[in-house]
Amino acid sequence: MKAIAEQINSTPSAVRPFRVEVSEADLSDLRQRIKATRMPEKEPVADLSQGVPLSTIEKLRRYWANEYDWRKCEATLNAVPNFVTEIDGLDIHFIHVRSKHENALPIIVTHGWPYSVAALLKIIEPLTNPTAHGGTASDAFHVVMPSIPGYGFSGKPASTGWGPERIGRAWAVLMNRLSYTRYVAQGGDWGAIITDLMAAQAPPGLIGMHTNMPGVVPPEIDKLLWAGSPLPTGLSANEKLACDMLAVAYKKVHYAFYMASRPQTLYGIADSPVGLAAWMVDFPFGLDMMVRIIDGLPESLTRDDLLDNCTLYWLTNTGVSSSRLYRENTFNYFSPKGVNIPVAVSVFPDEIYQAPRSWAEKAYPKLIHYKRVAKGGHFAAWEQPTIFTEEVRAGFRPLRA
Amino acid sequence: MNAQQGSASSAEIRPFHVEVPEAEVADMRRRIKATRLPEKEPVADFSQGVPFATIDKLTRYWGTEYNWRKAEAKLNAFPNFLTEIDGLDIHFVHARSKHKNALPVLVAHGWPGSVIEQLKIIEPLINPTAFGGTEADAFHVVVPDMPGYGYSGKPTATGWGPERIARAYAVLMKRLGYTRYVAQGGDWGAVVVDLMALQDNPDLIGIHTNMAGAVPPEIDKAAFGGAPPPADLSAEEKVAYDMLAFTYKNVQYAFYMASRPQTLYAIADSPVGLAAWLLDHDPRSLEMIARSFDGVPEGLTPDDVLDNCSYFWLTNTGVSSSRLYRENAISYFATKGVKIPTAISVFPDELYRVPRSWAEKAYPKLIHFNKLPKGGHFAAWEQPKFFTEELRAGFKSLRS
Repeated sequence: MKAIAEQINSTPSAVRPFRVEVSEADLSDLRQRIKATRMPEKEPVADLSQGVPLSTIEKLRRYWANEYDWRKCEATLNAVPNFVTEIDGLDIHFIHVRSKHENALPIIVTHGWPYSVAALLKIIEPLTNPTAHGGTASDAFHVVMPSIPGYGFSGKPASTGWGPERIGRAWAVLMNRLSYTRYVAQGGDWGAIITDLMAAQAPPGLIGMHTNMPGVVPPEIDKLLWAGSPLPTGLSANEKLACDMLAVAYKKVHYAFYMASRPQTLYGIADSPVGLAAWMVDFPFGLDMMVRIIDGLPESLTRDDLLDNCTLYWLTNTGVSSSRLYRENTFNYFSPKGVNIPVAVSVFPDEIYQAPRSWAEKAYPKLIHYKRVAKGGHFAAWEQPTIFTEEVRAGFRPLRA
Repeated sequence: MNAQQGSASSAEIRPFHVEVPEAEVADMRRRIKATRLPEKEPVADFSQGVPFATIDKLTRYWGTEYNWRKAEAKLNAFPNFLTEIDGLDIHFVHARSKHKNALPVLVAHGWPGSVIEQLKIIEPLINPTAFGGTEADAFHVVVPDMPGYGYSGKPTATGWGPERIARAYAVLMKRLGYTRYVAQGGDWGAVVVDLMALQDNPDLIGIHTNMAGAVPPEIDKAAFGGAPPPADLSAEEKVAYDMLAFTYKNVQYAFYMASRPQTLYAIADSPVGLAAWLLDHDPRSLEMIARSFDGVPEGLTPDDVLDNCSYFWLTNTGVSSSRLYRENAISYFATKGVKIPTAISVFPDELYRVPRSWAEKAYPKLIHFNKLPKGGHFAAWEQPKFFTEELRAGFKSLRS
């Protein structure tokens, strides 16, 4: 009995190498489904006000079925070492790339919804190999990028409880298991919330964090914004701007409310690849950019970028399982989480809101870096990998011994 | 010149027959069988949506045993028509009673409903003597599909909110030659019928609603915002308030459709995805439907439910029907200011149980108010017998 228990307890903690290998049958099924998609009628408006336009989805479908090549994404994923290890009863998939520089700082980078490790691949090389990407050896990081439970190649929780707090705790276990005893964490979107909560847990070894979606909105202001109530007087111009952006944002996040309420009912996105892609592309803070990307216009993301991510969700059948994180969460997305460790903040102009320094200083009493960068939005590491890399380097510089 | 020709021909009432090509029925079946499902929900209740087990059963039954042709035959058992109103084809069933003093009634469905939802009540309403009533209970029945629903046209421009639908329905009744009629509705149909009652229309002599818009606006606002109930509510009003607040917390689908109907490509492409979306209307009806698929006798059979899902699928109206939520600008449940005679039936599992106190204020000419022992949101479909009796009793005082 005891031996079995020991065996069970010891086996899961093994770190198993993993390769992404999708069967040809799955790919041809996907292609066949995309081609057989039945579309609804065109929207009765000439703008984006009812969601992703039919013409955009038609273009996406044609490209996805005829030109898109998943094997390229698979090769990019497999070009870096992938692993799976069981933590807290669930398999966690992660990418782990060590720098050749011995003093590299270990960093755990967390994605959000609707994206994945596939959207973070661009920053791996610049972070691990800075001398080839405009940096010096002292900028080097060892990079760990896990897939959130229910996302990508991580396991799908079979019971409730995997909210961002538990994920934060699992990440500390992961870094420990990789023998990192002095590391930093980074995140955007859900990754930012997970990173904030991890920082609030302050596991031994976590010496600082960087966020590109800071949780700094004073709770009393956040409450007024949700209620659509008038704001207090005396806000600075930057605070006013942040409030205006949030007020608009809170009116647009019905996808989040829906997933927080009825994730299981989204059977359609498990059965329809184009339906899944539309659900994912309709990110209300940049649908106009998504439309331009799908039109093939030069943007910071390409059609292939978008479809790599959509295809990863499809092939892992994680449209529904990824939605459950919204249901599990009990935290306010943008309010302070009680972080007391050193924090670096990057403010990208097209993020859901531009966090003002005044709020950041209160929410993160040990603010070691704050910068408003020139370009980029919600998917900062994906859209602006160069600026993002520079921010992560600069942000953590004070923490390097 | 063209305009005249256009309006002359568009006012025409064209007979319509539901005939889905076999290829489309086969394609639906093929898609159902090829459905890829997600994992089971991580809970043992309905809190994350339609349970996997229910959808799994539905998928198997729909893909193998279910027979659309039976539904088609039920639809075609009554005369179906199309007529263009306000630039859009409106599909409707029109069943006249053999009794010459029959009262014309327009029955307005809601979401996720259609004429399918109303088929069970047509015979009892037009032919009362065969269904426990007397000749004096007879109705001529008109059941339209709303714009964007069933075989009605899909609006290609915005503007088809419940108010415009209400005006179109009045045009329809006039076009059928009815100059003294009543209207009935539940769900969106209740909103439409309330709005019909507000429009200056002497031909409409009364309405019946099974989802009364009777909530005082300030109370509706409080329930919507999740505020604590006002202190001065009676016990019955408190129940209504709690049900209303619960409803507002559980209709994220409505807010989503009101925000991004076009993005619901998945329900246009996946029959099972569409069915799940339609089943998850409100917790009580979802649980009832789930029991029905488990083999428990309920107001709706699996065939009832799948007739409606198939109807939505075969007409590709998952997205177009959603747009009504976007078009709407008024509260579903708040008072609308109806002044004409109104009959109300309160079904216990409706989204909220209207207290008589609110009903009397919202509808100053309240001619009937009855609480039923059984039934929910889809009253005509679930409890056709009660429903028929309610319509007979409700409108009795308006018959001369």
